[in-house]
Amino acid sequence: MGTEYISPTSVKEVLDILRERKGEARIIAGGTDLILDLKEETREVKYLVDITGIGELGRIEWDGDSISVGAAVSHRQVVSSALIQERAPVLAEAALSIGSPQIRNQGTVVGNVVNAQPTADAAVALLALEAQAEVVTRDGKRLMPLEELYQGVGVSTVDSTAEIVTALHFKGLRDNQGSAFMRLAQRKALALPMLNVAGVITVQGGCFRDVRLVLAPVAPMPFRARKAETALQGANVDQAAINQAAEIAASDAQPRDSDLRGSAEYRRDMVEVLVRRALDQAVRNAQ
Amino acid sequence: MVKVLLVMTVNGDSVEVAVESGVMLIDVLRGELRLTGTKESCGRGECGACTVLLDGKTVNSCITPAMKAMNREVWTIEGLGSPGKLHPIQEAFVEHGAVQCGFCTPGVIMSVEALLDENPNPSKAEVRAGLSGNICRCTGYVKIVDAVLAAAKRMSK
Repeated sequence: MGTEYISPTSVKEVLDILRERKGEARIIAGGTDLILDLKEETREVKYLVDITGIGELGRIEWDGDSISVGAAVSHRQVVSSALIQERAPVLAEAALSIGSPQIRNQGTVVGNVVNAQPTADAAVALLALEAQAEVVTRDGKRLMPLEELYQGVGVSTVDSTAEIVTALHFKGLRDNQGSAFMRLAQRKALALPMLNVAGVITVQGGCFRDVRLVLAPVAPMPFRARKAETALQGANVDQAAINQAAEIAASDAQPRDSDLRGSAEYRRDMVEVLVRRALDQAVRNAQ
Repeated sequence: MVKVLLVMTVNGDSVEVAVESGVMLIDVLRGELRLTGTKESCGRGECGACTVLLDGKTVNSCITPAMKAMNREVWTIEGLGSPGKLHPIQEAFVEHGAVQCGFCTPGVIMSVEALLDENPNPSKAEVRAGLSGNICRCTGYVKIVDAVLAAAKRMSK
């Protein structure tokens, strides 16, 4: 690989390098996906700009309401963070299901989002947390809801040859909120999910409020099961409501046939099972 | 291709080596430093044969750009024991017959080293989770797990 490797020490330096190299330089964090693309020559990059040495990007922070996860934070950091375990357990569980210990030591949560794969476990959890990405360019910064970061399978709306996602921001769960992450895969490690489901719910006066259900891979990007969410809004927290929402989510999902990871028919049936389990567990966690 | 000077600590020794800046860490370890104990198998971060420690944490050196090791500490299987004086993990592997063809063994042992460093008394389940990034195609996992539990016991004495 005739790639040149650059290790800047500040975000400003990253943006300068990207501008000077005019589309020939691309940001690399853990590289657990990008390096495979380069090895398989499905992507060509002249300059790799490694952001993991930038101290400010390696932090997980909490201001009493919102949590931010910097662009150099690894899956391992998230899994072992007491703050994430307490205030965003759905993300800790999702990150723990990724790859292997080696991959989690190296790969980053922000990379999991920017790589724009529809089944990326951490991204599925972050969508259920309604995370926003902080995107920085030379002209300033903007906040983008995660859903707007997906253009297609493996294609992000963030251009990593010109701009950088410095952090993700999301609200920590409150006491009357619960969450769950469910995953179906052939093995417990080193296996992409056949399906994954993340849910965050709020329980108020015995009723569901503000339900967020994310499924994958049932669309080119992680899919918000909005019809099922709406069906739960205001409903009494009971098994009938949960079962009905799981049925709606399954009929709304559009999984594809995969020789490796299950037929569409099987996956659709399993969506119902996983959504039901996720809601059951989220309800238990909310109390 | 312009070369750059990679400065790192390998198995406790400072090393300076001129490398093409886009190469992977395993190529520097094996090709430049002749530390051929680290094996490459899948080349895509799935099998764990190339596992080394970077600042004490396991990484797949086949998909880790060498420049990520700049000014950091790398440990390979050569740094753990020597033929004359095996590391307790290596001793346990020999005693329990945890080595079959041996190709995955260096990577497995580096994962064990990281696991026991973090968790000196792991349960069987924790050992299995700790080794979930290392694939043994002889499928000798039972004896590997036995060896790790024995090594943990020995090392905590």
